[in-house]
Amino acid sequence: MTRRDPVSAVPVAVWAGAALVGLLLAVALLSLVWTPYPAEQVRVVARLRPPSAAHWLGTDHFGRDVASMLMVGARNSLAVAAAAVGLGLGLGVPLGLAAAALGRWGDELVARLGDLVFAFPAVLSAILLTAALGAGAVNVVVALGLFNAAVLARVTRGAALAVWRREFVRAALALGRGPLSVTLVHVLPNTLGVVVVQTTVLFAVAIVNEAALSYLGLGIQPPSPSWGKMLGDAQTHLFNAPLQAVFPGLAIALSVLGLTLLGDGLRDWLDPRHRSSGLL
Amino acid sequence: MMQTRARRWAVAAGMALMAVPVMAVPLMVATGPTAAWGQGRSDLVIGMPLEPPHLDPTAGAAAAIKEVTYANLFETLVRIDATGAMVPGLAQSWTVSADGLSYRFALRPGARFHDGTPCDSAAVKFALDRARGAESVNAQKGYFAAIAAVDTPDPHSVVVTLSRPDGLFLFHLGAGDAAIVSPASAAGNKQKPVGTGPFKFDRWVAGDRVVLTRNPDYDGAKPALERVSFRFISDAAAQIAALKAGDVDAFLQFNAFEALPEFRNDPKFTVSVGTTEGETLLSINNARKPFDDVRVRRALAHAIDRKTLIDGVLYGNGVAIGSHFPPHRDGYVDLTGLYPYDPAKAKALLAEAGYPNGFDTTLRLPPPPYARRSGELIAAMLAEVGVRAAIEPVEWAAWLEKTFKGKDYDLTVIAHTEPLDIDVYARDSYYFNYRNPAFVRLEEELNRTQDAGRRKALYGQQQRMLAEDAVNGFLFMLPSVTVQNAKLSGLWVNRPVQANDLTGVAWK
Repeated sequence: MTRRDPVSAVPVAVWAGAALVGLLLAVALLSLVWTPYPAEQVRVVARLRPPSAAHWLGTDHFGRDVASMLMVGARNSLAVAAAAVGLGLGLGVPLGLAAAALGRWGDELVARLGDLVFAFPAVLSAILLTAALGAGAVNVVVALGLFNAAVLARVTRGAALAVWRREFVRAALALGRGPLSVTLVHVLPNTLGVVVVQTTVLFAVAIVNEAALSYLGLGIQPPSPSWGKMLGDAQTHLFNAPLQAVFPGLAIALSVLGLTLLGDGLRDWLDPRHRSSGLL
Repeated sequence: MMQTRARRWAVAAGMALMAVPVMAVPLMVATGPTAAWGQGRSDLVIGMPLEPPHLDPTAGAAAAIKEVTYANLFETLVRIDATGAMVPGLAQSWTVSADGLSYRFALRPGARFHDGTPCDSAAVKFALDRARGAESVNAQKGYFAAIAAVDTPDPHSVVVTLSRPDGLFLFHLGAGDAAIVSPASAAGNKQKPVGTGPFKFDRWVAGDRVVLTRNPDYDGAKPALERVSFRFISDAAAQIAALKAGDVDAFLQFNAFEALPEFRNDPKFTVSVGTTEGETLLSINNARKPFDDVRVRRALAHAIDRKTLIDGVLYGNGVAIGSHFPPHRDGYVDLTGLYPYDPAKAKALLAEAGYPNGFDTTLRLPPPPYARRSGELIAAMLAEVGVRAAIEPVEWAAWLEKTFKGKDYDLTVIAHTEPLDIDVYARDSYYFNYRNPAFVRLEEELNRTQDAGRRKALYGQQQRMLAEDAVNGFLFMLPSVTVQNAKLSGLWVNRPVQANDLTGVAWK
């Protein structure tokens, strides 16, 4: 039961997750300055080519370079997921903190708003929203962001309520600090760990949901590439060019796997109870 | 502890696998023939990409309405056959006066509506007066605009008097929009259509199928099929799956062009590629800036590479057009060379019009794959010359409401499948917002002209005028692609009117 030094205590899952997420980030950043071909460049005569030296992952049904599309798709995926999670953090964390601080009707209000959002699965509410407001990346961000806000409000509220019961908060209140000051100085810092872990999970969910919506034609619009749209386009080519579906499918699966491993591992690593057990 | 670790890995793997069903679903397609495959059948399941919004052909522009009802459920006085020729329908014969102003139709004496009421001259008068009346919601009200009076000298004769000659009058009476409906049932035709055809309405399972059954009281030749279902499958992958699984016996207007080689190689199927009347356009809102400038519209025409479009979207199964007229019809003029693909020229024209850096616009796309895929390619082509078109995918109802009726759009891609519909450019209220008095004058002269040679010349002038004004981006003719069970005979190859006439279809 000796305490391990922090680096060796990092579980393999975190390393694996970090490597995958790092690769995703690197590819997305690289696409800003370089892709093998312009991702939107159409060459119908060279369509559905198998992987080769010229096109590492082949070409799609319009003759676009699949590797380049995947790279830009990574950037688009990350951008939408980051915006959706950012919106969720910006709305959800203050709401959760407010619910815990206000108690009673304020708490009730936030809880019921959350129920309203949870009444529909995230993808369904995103479909409803894009049907009403039109398809596109912005509306997808709004829809997923609202869902994330509800999740984060609930998680933050739970964690914050636990902090409010602690002695140092009582002491601060006894000293005459107001609820706002207590929330910012004591409650928020002590809920951040939970929020960080939840954020990585939501990030992974956002990537899958964005892909699902783009697959349905409601997300990122062409000519800008997206993994989901690539999967959708690949569908009618399953018999004559099955690899079309494999590469974007792998990209989505590996990204989500990486983010989930990273989030899950981080939770364990950051959680003092797990760390002291030394069994990880 | 091991348990929680295992659970965590399971969660991680599960999360990753959420992505997989998206790509795995089409793999579960059954590929073997089913029990339904084979001979001695008298039922038929037809696949169609679009579901009609209702079933009254005299009250809607949606082609799908006519594709279910034409010649099957409802009949017209004159009928258009598989070759595009006018043959007797409810009228067994007709005569036209020398001045072209009076048409006399002799009706089939035994014709009856499915509710048993006779289809006599009173019903025909009712149907024509309803179509041209003030209250008419007919999508092609213009077809009946020339009618001055409809008289019924006896129960089996109808005399239609025109106020001006109309060279296309008979042809228009052969369109589904001119279906003869009964005074007793016309109001309910949208949900429960009652016609005079060899099939009658059985039921409509919304979102899935319309079922027709053979009309035992039909007064003409009875069809070989007893029961016909129209199934509506918009998704291209699902169309392929439905054919392979034998869920549909034939798919009309099949739009997964990439799958055609596969079906051609399979002896269980026959593939036919015929013509439609569908001029596929990049429709332009001519009233909206910057498209009110002909130089901008010409720039768009130069920016579009039709060959790439036809290869990329239709896998080569299409013919380029340079104006709004099908190459297979008399009077066609080849104007495809007027605006050769030339991005540099397009940029120069844009600069001349005051847009040296291009501009931002929107490209609204209805659901059919030809529209969505053409739109994707067109957006890429326009981007090459600096026109940044944001793609806006919409459902049919929204497209009809906002674009077609509301005329609130910049650019859209759509096939215009009504036959000989170049006259729409003479309509002030049409959604192109194109207004050219010279074109209207040509249309008026065309309406007065009976002489075939002169009509051809006028059609030629109209085509040239539209091409020179670059009213729309003229792309290609939509092909009529049918993939069918090889044992089936009698399906139309070409589509000279909006119709899926099943009266001659039989199992071999």
